[in-house]
Amino acid sequence: MTDFDVVVVGGGPAGSMAAWYAAKGGAKTIILEKDRDIGYPVRCGEAVSDAGLRQFVEPEPNWIAASISNIRMVSPNGTVIDTAGQALGYVLHRRIFDYDIANKAVQAGAHILTKAYVTGLLFDNGRVSGVEYEYLGEKRTLSAKVVIGADGVESRVGRWAGLRTALKLRDTESCVQFSVANVDVDPERIDFYVGHNYAPGGYLWVFPKGDGKANIGLGVVGSEAKHYKAIDLLNRFMEKEFPNASTLTMICGGVPVAKTLKKYTADGIMLTGDAARMVNPVTGGGIVSGMHGGKLAGTTAAEAVEAGDFSEKFFDRYVKGWNKAGGEDHARLYRIADAVDSLSDPDLDDIAASLSKVPQEKRSLLKIFTTAAKKRPSILIDVARAFAGF
Amino acid sequence: MIMIHIKENKCDFCGTCVAVCPVDAIEMAEADLKIIHETCIDCDICVWICPIDVLESRENPEEEVVND
Ligand SMILES: Cc1cc2nc3c(=O)[nH]c(=O)nc-3n(C[C@H](O)[C@H](O)[C@H](O)COP(=O)(O)OP(=O)(O)OC[C@H]3O[C@@H](n4cnc5c(N)ncnc54)[C@H](O)[C@@H]3O)c2cc1C
Ligand code: SF4
Ligand code: SF4
Repeated sequence: MTDFDVVVVGGGPAGSMAAWYAAKGGAKTIILEKDRDIGYPVRCGEAVSDAGLRQFVEPEPNWIAASISNIRMVSPNGTVIDTAGQALGYVLHRRIFDYDIANKAVQAGAHILTKAYVTGLLFDNGRVSGVEYEYLGEKRTLSAKVVIGADGVESRVGRWAGLRTALKLRDTESCVQFSVANVDVDPERIDFYVGHNYAPGGYLWVFPKGDGKANIGLGVVGSEAKHYKAIDLLNRFMEKEFPNASTLTMICGGVPVAKTLKKYTADGIMLTGDAARMVNPVTGGGIVSGMHGGKLAGTTAAEAVEAGDFSEKFFDRYVKGWNKAGGEDHARLYRIADAVDSLSDPDLDDIAASLSKVPQEKRSLLKIFTTAAKKRPSILIDVARAFAGF
Repeated sequence: MIMIHIKENKCDFCGTCVAVCPVDAIEMAEADLKIIHETCIDCDICVWICPIDVLESRENPEEEVVND
């Protein structure tokens, strides 16, 4: 007898979805979360697409800080490209959202323990068979049939199982975000600033949160982060663009803009979400992809418990599921991200200039893509498309 | 000896340094960051990636030893 069928490390969107679907499939499941809170601190811009979210849950009104119907891209020389149109997505209150997804796991029968910091794995004949953790400083263990590592960008669970999760600098965005009040922003538009002067190898975002509030942040690619500190660039932008803003929250964070790991399962263990590097490598969006990965991992874990088979081989169906659902798209997005990386600021300005010639009334996202795509192999279009799907 | 030093009261515990460390030499609890100096290979990439410049690589003056 094990203590639990499934132990999930980490209570973010990926972990909660994994626990939800493991419990739903009949497995005795627990989430261990190191922080005192589920959903806090919020290390996230909180933007999601409506279509993405709806794959998994019906959006609840109290999750939504702002409904987004417009995307703006600003090129290095200030050329603005607006794409107005259909309801695209939301800026969430992740604090509430993460809580509610965790609660769905609980309602399906899962347990959650916060302040439970996982420090190592248990092994049985080379197979992962549980976790070591500290609860309020007290050392404890839990045995399990399946461990799911949903421990975010900082994931160490995979490393302990011999999976190679260390991120390359060029695959990591070094980010800072201020959640600010007293800014005059369009309440329905999210803005992206691209180019070296804003955020070398990344972008700067302004996401509205209603009532004159916004998440404003930027990411610098790791290979440039030695010379450009995210905090300095963001302070410079704020002084210039929003000198009267007050900061309500400041956070740092890392975004894995990497390919999904080559190997993210082993006997007794699966990684998911940021831990498996499932984030959209163009946009850095990882809420929806994490939910997707988590759901697949949780479903597979329940099936493994049912079958009494916790081998890496059994977990193949999880890998196949991810490849089918998002994996191939993910590989394509990584290639786009790579190409964008090689564009200079003048290249970006050029592309923006040609896009801005598309008449305003034709600037629904789809039209922009198709019209401009014919004119030049415009990578920025691919980028915008990636953003439209977040 | 060169050692990675954690500037006091600055870290946000975001884990970005943990993610890039090639040898798993950084431990991060809810509000506690530790460099495992025995494992660390002084590659400095944690210093570079930190968004707010918490880490520095420097000659190790006695009073600053953060040995665990
Ligand atoms: C600055 C920034 C802006 C972003 N903006 C967006 C955006 O606008 N839209 C979007 O879709 N995505 C965005 N992302 C990405 C998104 O936040 C992540 O992809 C998403 O949170 C991943 O979910 P997850 O469940 O995999 O990991 P997380 O949400 O990171 O959850 C992992 C959890 O594991 C816990 N944990 C870690 N180690 C342990 C341990 N040893 N023991 C116990 N618990 C542990 C952590 O405390 C954490 O709660 C952004 C990220 C950053 C950093
Ligand atoms: S990257 Fe910087 S702020 Fe984040 S945990 Fe490491 S030292 Fe702290
Ligand atoms: S210097 Fe290199 S090895 Fe040492 S803690 Fe930093 S990233 Fe890890």
